Amino acid sequence: MVIRPQSMNPVARWSGLAALLFVVLLVAGPLVALWLRASTPSILTSSDWAAVRFTLFQATLSASLSVVLAIPVARALARRSFHGRSILVTLLGAPFLLPVIVAIFGLLAIWGRSGFVSQILLSIGAERLNIYGLSGVLLAHVFFNLPLVTRLILQGWTRIPVEHFRLSAQLGMSPKDLFLRLELPMLRSILPGAFLLVFLLCVTSFAVALTLGGGPKATTVELAIYQALRFEFDLGKAAYLALIQFVICTIIAVWSLRIAVPVAFGGGLSGVVQRWDVSSKLLLWQDSAVLLAVAGFLGAPLIAVLGRGLPALSNLPASIWTAILNSLTVALFSAALSVLLALALAGFIDGLKSRRPKVSFVVEGVGLLTLAASPFVLGTGLFIIIHPIADPFALALPITALVNAAISLPLALRALLPALQHNRLAYGQLSDSLDMQGWSRFRLTTWPTIRKPLGFSTGLAAALSMGDLGVITLFAPPDVETLPLIMYRLMGAYRMDEAASVALILVALTLTLFWLFDRGGRLGHQT
Amino acid sequence: MDIKLEKLLIKQTDFSLRADLTIKDGTTAIIGPSGGGKSTLLLAIAGFVAPSEGSISIGDDVVTDTPPAQRPVTLLFQENNLFPHLTVFQNTGLGVRPDLKLSKTQIDQVEDALNKVGLADMGSRHPSELSGGQRQRVALARALLRDRPVLMLDEPFAALGPALRHEMLDLVARIRQEQDSTLLLVTHNPEDALRIAENTILVADGTAMTPQPTAALLNNPPPALAAYLGK
Repeated sequence: MVIRPQSMNPVARWSGLAALLFVVLLVAGPLVALWLRASTPSILTSSDWAAVRFTLFQATLSASLSVVLAIPVARALARRSFHGRSILVTLLGAPFLLPVIVAIFGLLAIWGRSGFVSQILLSIGAERLNIYGLSGVLLAHVFFNLPLVTRLILQGWTRIPVEHFRLSAQLGMSPKDLFLRLELPMLRSILPGAFLLVFLLCVTSFAVALTLGGGPKATTVELAIYQALRFEFDLGKAAYLALIQFVICTIIAVWSLRIAVPVAFGGGLSGVVQRWDVSSKLLLWQDSAVLLAVAGFLGAPLIAVLGRGLPALSNLPASIWTAILNSLTVALFSAALSVLLALALAGFIDGLKSRRPKVSFVVEGVGLLTLAASPFVLGTGLFIIIHPIADPFALALPITALVNAAISLPLALRALLPALQHNRLAYGQLSDSLDMQGWSRFRLTTWPTIRKPLGFSTGLAAALSMGDLGVITLFAPPDVETLPLIMYRLMGAYRMDEAASVALILVALTLTLFWLFDRGGRLGHQT
Repeated sequence: MDIKLEKLLIKQTDFSLRADLTIKDGTTAIIGPSGGGKSTLLLAIAGFVAPSEGSISIGDDVVTDTPPAQRPVTLLFQENNLFPHLTVFQNTGLGVRPDLKLSKTQIDQVEDALNKVGLADMGSRHPSELSGGQRQRVALARALLRDRPVLMLDEPFAALGPALRHEMLDLVARIRQEQDSTLLLVTHNPEDALRIAENTILVADGTAMTPQPTAALLNNPPPALAAYLGK
């Protein structure tokens, strides 16, 4: 059957082309600048190469740990129905929205030198913990990514048809047979993609390396870029390191395109299939222990932030109001830009799908390109471009918003594109036959189907930008404050109570922003 | 083997179903409007849904609390009867041993069963390479190997065209005769019921009614069935 292609709406075409050009310039511009400015490899010292090795080493370990630990957690969640299960599943979503610096504060309150665990160790005569270095980086990465991977695997579990569990029960499969026949094939299809996703996130998680890493043994490439730019002011070296970082990320991104990376935010986490293979007491104990452990691991740092921050709320630093204003402005601007770009690109890609499938695939690739160019690479490139023309430090906030928007773009695109495509396949011909065109078509058929993913992506982009402690550190002069930046500075000065109170404000604002947009997208939503 | 449902009550979030009846040897169809509980009745007999009240016995045994694998029952679902990553041969072989450690004689049995359902050379294929009708044939071959006294089908041929559906129904009838099993078949098609079932149970308005001779029931339908049939 040949579907006669309708000509593309001019608004969709021109806004799509404009967005495409913008994204290409935003990514290619900094890369070209880096290429031109980069010094010869000879400038790199052995400690720079150690940073490359450490980056890959810690990312491999972090991703392996997250994936391996997530399997029993997802397995227990998939086969147990209990009170508080939905709370636990929600808690699993929290680390992704949580500003990194807040999570690190919480982790230090539990695992740090004067944290909860160290106190217990001291009281029984053992030594304090010291998590700075590799162990701290791994701890933080597992804290962020274990929940993410758990959700991915849980989705795999819920996609196994209920008939297959019934069939296995009828055939009398043992738990081992059932694992081999049902669960292992599912895991095999999900784990490689999940591993690469976490690996990529761990290569580009600057804030963790900044706060918990450092020193000759635990410096990542991004941290080395930061030091070259801020302390040595060696632009050539920073550029060279940024190119290395770009190559690493691109290899992973291209690799992960070839094996489908699971989508982290699908629905379907709520259903528990009744199982007939898990009634043994031993399995019940095992699952309970796993779930309690993970709830404690994720929950304790959050409770620590609350407990420390609430009493200190009266004691907020004076600069908090400017910081709130700055953070909100950056977050809202970057969310708006990111979603507008995604919407224009998604409309364009969707319009091309039926006419030029190959071109649409390329445009989609460009939209996901910013996934490969880490925020730090873009930031360094922009710094080099702006440096001769203007004072980069004066432009700290706009550049942060711009880079954050670019980074959230792939997430928004992944959420919007399927909704648009579904809308076209399901109602496109109906709308054509009713001669619904232009604005009325958008308002009556497109808008109602995309407002939910749109609200969700706006909320996500705003939340991610709100908690950003990446690019901003490259650019911000000492007198510019955002909430994560204040927290970082207070923690560096060991003013922990104040830092905790800022953390509370930051978390409250981040979650409120996300909730407002996400809720706005669902309000009065009919499906 | 007779199936006896005594004062059975199945409660689910959105509906409840009562049944107090005996299903005799031979073939019985289950007919009625969708969402009425036809499939739920089969799931309860197979042990996948626990009743809130009453008891289920098959032959002389009360099986109300027996786990699915230990009931003398094979249930074929409407879809997803096969594991997509296993071959036709493996999917069938699961009916002999769920861990697929098959002896030489057992391998022959599997091949024999595939022969009987007309899939002689298809053993090495995967379910995705089969048509809908062929997939259900694999499930039937497995049912043959399991050789349980009760065979239940939950609209397994609903997606097939009329000619193919009749062919499959005849195959099922042959299998039933060969194994002398009790056959229970959910269908929304009165023709199917007439074709192979002596008796028919009407499930409507939250109740599974006593089995009636199929032709008599369809010719002189009670109001609920008449509404469903559009008569």
